[in-house]
Amino acid sequence: MSATPTPTRDLLMFVVFAAAVLTMPMWLAPIGAGYPDLLQKFAIYGLFATGFNLLFGLTGYLSFGHAAFLGVGSYTAVWTFKLLGMNPIPAAIMAIAASGIFAVAIGFVSLRRSGIYFSILTLAFAQMSYNLAYSVLTPITNGETGLRVLRSDPRLFDAAGQGDGPLVSTLFGIEMSGYPGFYFCAVLLIIGFFIAQRIFRSPFGTMLRAVKSNQNRMNYTGLNPRPYTLAAFVISGMYAGLAGALLCITDPLAGAERMQWTASGEVVLMTILGGMGTLLGPILGAGLIKYFENIFSAFNEQTLHRIFGFLPDFLETPVVAITSLFVGEGWQLTLGVLFMLIVIFLPGGIMEGFSRIGRMFRRSSGAKGSHQTAPAE
Amino acid sequence: MTLIRKPLSRRSILRSGAAGGLVLATPTIFTSRAWSAGYLNEPTGDTVTFGFNVPQTGAYADEGADELRAYQLAVKHLNGEGDGGMLSTFSSKALGGNGINGKKVAFVTGDTQTKSDAARASAKRMIEKDGAVMITGGSSSGVAIAVQSLCQEAGVIFMAGLTHSNDTTGKDKRANGFRHFFNTEMTGAALAPVLKNVMGADRRAYHLTADYTWGWSQEESIKKYTEQLGWETVAAVRTPLGAGDFSQYITPVLNSGADVLVLNHYGKDMVNSLTQAVQFGLRDKMVNGKQFEIVVPLYSELMAQGAGENVKGILGSSNWDWKLSDAGTQAFTKSFGQEYGFPPSQAAHTCYVQTLLYADACQRAGTFMPSEVGKALEGFEFDGLGNGPTLYRAADHQCFKDVLVVKGKENPSSQYDLLEVVEVTPRAQVEYPAELLGGELGSYNNGV
Repeated sequence: MSATPTPTRDLLMFVVFAAAVLTMPMWLAPIGAGYPDLLQKFAIYGLFATGFNLLFGLTGYLSFGHAAFLGVGSYTAVWTFKLLGMNPIPAAIMAIAASGIFAVAIGFVSLRRSGIYFSILTLAFAQMSYNLAYSVLTPITNGETGLRVLRSDPRLFDAAGQGDGPLVSTLFGIEMSGYPGFYFCAVLLIIGFFIAQRIFRSPFGTMLRAVKSNQNRMNYTGLNPRPYTLAAFVISGMYAGLAGALLCITDPLAGAERMQWTASGEVVLMTILGGMGTLLGPILGAGLIKYFENIFSAFNEQTLHRIFGFLPDFLETPVVAITSLFVGEGWQLTLGVLFMLIVIFLPGGIMEGFSRIGRMFRRSSGAKGSHQTAPAE
Repeated sequence: MTLIRKPLSRRSILRSGAAGGLVLATPTIFTSRAWSAGYLNEPTGDTVTFGFNVPQTGAYADEGADELRAYQLAVKHLNGEGDGGMLSTFSSKALGGNGINGKKVAFVTGDTQTKSDAARASAKRMIEKDGAVMITGGSSSGVAIAVQSLCQEAGVIFMAGLTHSNDTTGKDKRANGFRHFFNTEMTGAALAPVLKNVMGADRRAYHLTADYTWGWSQEESIKKYTEQLGWETVAAVRTPLGAGDFSQYITPVLNSGADVLVLNHYGKDMVNSLTQAVQFGLRDKMVNGKQFEIVVPLYSELMAQGAGENVKGILGSSNWDWKLSDAGTQAFTKSFGQEYGFPPSQAAHTCYVQTLLYADACQRAGTFMPSEVGKALEGFEFDGLGNGPTLYRAADHQCFKDVLVVKGKENPSSQYDLLEVVEVTPRAQVEYPAELLGGELGSYNNGV
């Protein structure tokens, strides 16, 4: 990954990525993650983290309020379902548009400051949106109960078509739950990844990196960084909005807790865990966190007894007693320990780990070969 | 993005498109596990899997932990381990302590985090990955309603745990969902006459309400029944869930001219708001020539433990109490106590009973198919599960039974003996027509 990116390499990476995402149901099954709901979450949060990384990884602006866009996307998508119909495409488009507009407004204000002040401003905005969704905006958001599609909704385009069937999103007759839902999200993740890759390699991406490395110097050369950062902020917000819409497309319910600061913190964790500023890192981080949340939290003592069943009794009981602290309701503890280890030993996240392993291989195989370096062209 | 200068070549688009298409086409064979099955997650081995979806973290974690204990105990009893608990007092004798329909009961657990999103994700995991044929749990009406509609869409039975909002079996009821716990309508009907006896018919009430489905429902029901008595509602103020500090909401009560404070709060919110109201000296006040009173419509032992001294003499309602003297209650309290060392809460009781009722219905139906099990539960009359003769009403899948009006004990004998039963309101008094709460059951979904 540390090798210089060339168009061929990028294409190869994209194709491998696309293939890996689409075959997830197969290669994730052995570790117990090959079921539709979790796969959908992998794809959706992967998209969310990719978008977040466009802002954080490239410009270095740490937004602590990205969940607000996720929430705005979700509510817009459900309202689109309620008013227009259960097709996911208008819902996704509306959600991207709404979160984009919202991002322009928040970005316009927050980007006047940088560093910690920017983070606090975004956090404040997100927390404000969360509280609004809970109190003043209850008629729109349905508060704590969450916004759902009801049979009595107008649904201009398909109200007549649906009789007694379940109220789930359908793309031209295909229900967007289960595996079809996953493939829908996966295709959008791949498209999102492709766009992110293009942005990383574009002059625009270089500009964003310049903002990160030294804003003062950019100012001195006569460039105004604000339009670039605002564009990055809006794009990133649109990614989050799309992710929010996908959450509702696969499961038509929008709740305010999606906007809580813990949800904003989660995406920061995902990005750092995977490796900020890398293309694949945030997606890996998102997958890891969602895996912990869904699989580790479901372990109970019975499962542990089954796993450690091979141990003699006097060993098994203490081993189960100790490990049970780290699974089930203690899954966040495990995640915390893992996060600490990664930040301390691999500041560049999982991706740094990979590149270190890669380098080790190259060194050991390179040692035997010639010491000749590639000739300069 | 005019800033992106490097355009895509025709070739690269073709190539990636072809690769993507190829991969897309392959895994369609994985889309369904069992086309031939008569219903979703039909158990084929020698076990049947239940999904216990309870809050293990968050504001209702205490209730969730107790619910999980009860579920595990129920599974033991169904599989013939332990002393059998309420199976021996249950009026239906279909279950023999050797599993259900010849299959042993296994279970998976999940954490709802008291959030609709997490609860649905967890329930989906149980249905899609672990093959659960029934989901049960709750401890927040918002979560219960969200999971209930998920189960309807997926095609498994949902046995609601602790959820008290009218909407669960009212406006948001679903054919695949069943509730044993009572609701705010019943609380209102049971509590109002007692309030009249204790406090008189001429009172001015001030409501503080948790701002979500359960709070709204509770406020509406209490208003309705107390206003029938002749009470006047001065104001009803909505408070955010998990506010922690309620002082800004309690101060205005003092100057409002109200002489009763109704706290439509639950869990830690109730513990905080009640404690603060007592600290503000509300209970020592005389307003309009009457002693100021506080009412907590939905009580639980766990909340009483949290609020300590402050619950003394405060009225509320409850679904069940471990100090009842019938055989079912005693059998359950005994086996729960032996297992865990303390008496069960009402949350534990309703979850235990729901599991037994589901198991019994499957045994009587001879299958786990949701539509058949549902029919076995509809209109089912039973006894011996701690609440006296009970009916599972077919029209809205709600249980009807006696409701307890309880009061914080003045001289508790132990830390578990905090509530005393003031009155057992008979079932006839809390019954209401099913149409009253609106909503539509729809038809059963077997998931195929």
